[in-house]
Amino acid sequence: MTAREDILSRIRAALQDSPQAPQIPREYRAASELDTDALIELLVDRLVDYKAQVAVVPEAEVPARIASLLDGARSFVVPEGFDAGWLAGTGDDGGSRRRVDSPAAPLSVAELDGIDAVVTGSAVAVAETGTIILDGSANQGRRAISLVPDHHICVVKAADITGILPEALGRIDGTRPVTMISGPSATSDIELERVEGVHGPRRLDVIIAR
Amino acid sequence: MTTFLGMPALPAFGSGNLFAGESFPTAAHRELGNAQLRANLGHATHTIRDKRQAVVAELPDWEQLRDAGSAIKQAVMARLPELLEEFETNFTARGGVIHWARDAREANEIVAGLVRDTGETEVVKIKSMATQEIGLNEYLEEQGIGAFETDLAELIVQLDHDKPSHILVPAIHKNRTEIRDIFLREMPGADPALTDDPSVLAMAAREHLRRKFLTAKVAVSGANFALADSGTLAVVESEGNGRMCLTLPETLITVMGIEKLLPTWQDLEVFMQLLPRSSTGERMNPYTSLWTGVTEGDGPQNVHLVLLDNGRSAALADEMGRSALHCIRCSACMNVCPVYERTGGHAYGSTYPGPIGAILSPLLTGIEAEENNSLPYASSLCGACYDACPVKINIPDILVHLRSVDVDSKRGKKKVPSQMDVGMKAASWALSSGKRLGLVEKGLPLGRLAAGPDRKITKLPGIAAGWTQSRDIPAPPAQSFRDWWAKEHRNAGGAPGTPGTPEAGPSRTPSPDTKETPQ
Amino acid sequence: MRIALFATCIVDAMYPATAKATVRILERLGHEVVFPSGQACCGQMHVNSGYLKEAVPVIANHVAAFDTADYDVAVAPSGSCVASVKHQHPMVARACGDAALEARATAVGTKTYELSELLVDVLGVTDAGAQLGSYFPHRVTYHPSCHGMRLLRLGDRQSRLLRTVQGIDLAELPEQDQCCGFGGTFSMKNADVSSAMLQDKAANIESTGAELCTGGDASCLMHIGGGLSRQGSSTTTLHLAEILASTMEEPASVIGEVRVSTGKALR
Repeated sequence: MTAREDILSRIRAALQDSPQAPQIPREYRAASELDTDALIELLVDRLVDYKAQVAVVPEAEVPARIASLLDGARSFVVPEGFDAGWLAGTGDDGGSRRRVDSPAAPLSVAELDGIDAVVTGSAVAVAETGTIILDGSANQGRRAISLVPDHHICVVKAADITGILPEALGRIDGTRPVTMISGPSATSDIELERVEGVHGPRRLDVIIAR
Repeated sequence: MTTFLGMPALPAFGSGNLFAGESFPTAAHRELGNAQLRANLGHATHTIRDKRQAVVAELPDWEQLRDAGSAIKQAVMARLPELLEEFETNFTARGGVIHWARDAREANEIVAGLVRDTGETEVVKIKSMATQEIGLNEYLEEQGIGAFETDLAELIVQLDHDKPSHILVPAIHKNRTEIRDIFLREMPGADPALTDDPSVLAMAAREHLRRKFLTAKVAVSGANFALADSGTLAVVESEGNGRMCLTLPETLITVMGIEKLLPTWQDLEVFMQLLPRSSTGERMNPYTSLWTGVTEGDGPQNVHLVLLDNGRSAALADEMGRSALHCIRCSACMNVCPVYERTGGHAYGSTYPGPIGAILSPLLTGIEAEENNSLPYASSLCGACYDACPVKINIPDILVHLRSVDVDSKRGKKKVPSQMDVGMKAASWALSSGKRLGLVEKGLPLGRLAAGPDRKITKLPGIAAGWTQSRDIPAPPAQSFRDWWAKEHRNAGGAPGTPGTPEAGPSRTPSPDTKETPQ
Repeated sequence: MRIALFATCIVDAMYPATAKATVRILERLGHEVVFPSGQACCGQMHVNSGYLKEAVPVIANHVAAFDTADYDVAVAPSGSCVASVKHQHPMVARACGDAALEARATAVGTKTYELSELLVDVLGVTDAGAQLGSYFPHRVTYHPSCHGMRLLRLGDRQSRLLRTVQGIDLAELPEQDQCCGFGGTFSMKNADVSSAMLQDKAANIESTGAELCTGGDASCLMHIGGGLSRQGSSTTTLHLAEILASTMEEPASVIGEVRVSTGKALR
């Protein structure tokens, strides 16, 4: 008997009393009733609580904001599908400072390690928990690029902000490589005291474009 | 375990790091003697308790989420075979490879074999209860494969050659100064000027592990959830070490207990609200990663999952204890447990400490394994764990159930019954009749004699000595309530409600006297 | 209302004053109290220690003593014994496959109340001073026992009653929701851990400067009182029922019949 058959057969034997699967009571909240302003306010509050830096700007000002955040960066990476218009302020299209990661020409881990910052979009955000979800779409790129550089600049469109988690997960295809981000990397392993910045990007800048 | 071809397999107990090598009271006695440990634990558990309470109070639908979480897990147990097959189909269809392991030894061999196939001799690891349970690191070490823990607390414990004492914060028993000293002693190249500031220590860990992350070819992880309808795995973490391991290496090997399934993607919305608030007391943990088999051009291209039984089928076979498998390893129960708070995790012996460990370990190994039968008694049954459990595992009821399994397992086996056996039998006789209890109570004045002039009993023999080691017993009264009631009643001339006649019906009370008589 | 008193074995044998106080409170409200004399014990010690087989006759005895239509409700001055009657009795009967006992136990459990539960929910007591004449001019702290708090969900019923006792100086107990460490045979089987829990409870009680600590469970109070006594503390314990029964004319006596208080400080 293979281990697989053996284990499945053990489980069936363990369930000889034929327990019934109950109806799942889904009386928890399925949606929030906040309007856009309230959603943005809540998201900002939560992100700041996690020690992320947040700016709420009109969409037209996103390029300037990105440019100013990248001011001190010697280099930064963007996924190939990132809105080029948003990088207009960096004054560096095709220069050596901006690196583009693409499926056809992915950067090596060592290359990513030498890059100061990364700029990505996002799939959806959850205001109540201060969570930004990346799903590997073209404007977010593969997981490694938003992980290895120490400074992550992430653009969230107001339309992509949901109130609570069930709404957000409802918009995501779970079979994609999904990363849920709530603030910069952190640990509470020493005396339960939260410390921001361990292995993931130690600096998280969120630009909310409305 | 032996199986015969063609015979249905019976649920089997697990092996690995699941055993209390010494009885809980013995281990607890030692741990209680460590004042530093108690101070560290008290500080840490109180901090996290308060944080948890605050974020749970924020949610208007916390109880509804708990109800849903509990029902979903109940459904998972009821439908486990079909859900495992569904998960396997979906995970495999997307390029993942599934392995099944009956027990710890089999799981270790599978992992070591997969690492060997890559030609590598080092792996980076994400904190995982399953791999601790099977003793994977030690096994890999024996096989010449170095396993590097990357979670900060696991790193601390590994550097100190210690054992974890908490499932979420494995180094909860150590304070910052002790951790600084470990780093200075064990971390190659540690800055001699290292301070005990937690952020400085976290940075030292970052420096220490950065190279490993960037060059590792193989990672080993556990999983918090597995979604049957999509074949998706999830890891919930904080530091980003998980993302490093799950993203950068070429090969990813995950070890997961068969009970970690959730039926659908939608169910994740329940558990991702329950878990972070219950574990670290945060609205959401910094990072959660989800992967479904292999994604071309993103992350490991060689993805394995080892599905582990190791006693879970045996736990499942216990109808009363089955729901212990609902556990999502949040650690809320240990953070609120007054026993854990004072003894720490090492006293439980097993990988799983605290209230959940006190039921899970004996369920996985069988009550008769080593000293695991002492674990269900490691509780005052105060019920704080049940209230804190996000999936509503009724830990106190299961503790009581396992105590009865323990008592029953010894019936007829002992040559000489224990004092407890004798006492319980005698008490059963005396307490199953009002008449007999009344007779016993006639002996109360004897207790007064024993108490002496200061009206307290300060030393009892045998098992009751445990009581008088730190508590007096008041001198018994001269007369039981029952006796008083009967006499008052006779004086009042009512119906005979004497203690000697249990068949006598309820009787009208006389006006009770209001003063005790000074003795 | 005709109310059956379940004295509980520990109160019956060790703390008769608590049962007498319970009777007094109920009669003061104009109710008739009966004492089913066949009663003995709820059996929770056996159940909680894993001796289910030995628990069955104890439970069957309790059900037989209270399974009668001769009273409207039953009451016990003990949260844990009521929790046992309500939760454990049907559970043990079910585990033993005795459906008839399970049904009768459930019926008895439904009619059984913890004292504060009965006073507040059924008898409508909102002001102990006004309705019961409760008077107790002492500094008191209150420990809510685990089973009352978590199994019976008594909430603030006990503390609400206490707060309305005339003359009382109620001091909040720090970390009051922490277990005192009694836990029945736990206090013997795991005496070290139990003692450590008791130490912290005693320290918290002492920190309030209260003359005594009250609560709704005689067993927890015996444990706490035993610890305070061993430490040489001047703080004692007294059951909630005795405080509620205490009036200006007939002040409460100290537990264990050791002495009578005449309104002076208890020690």
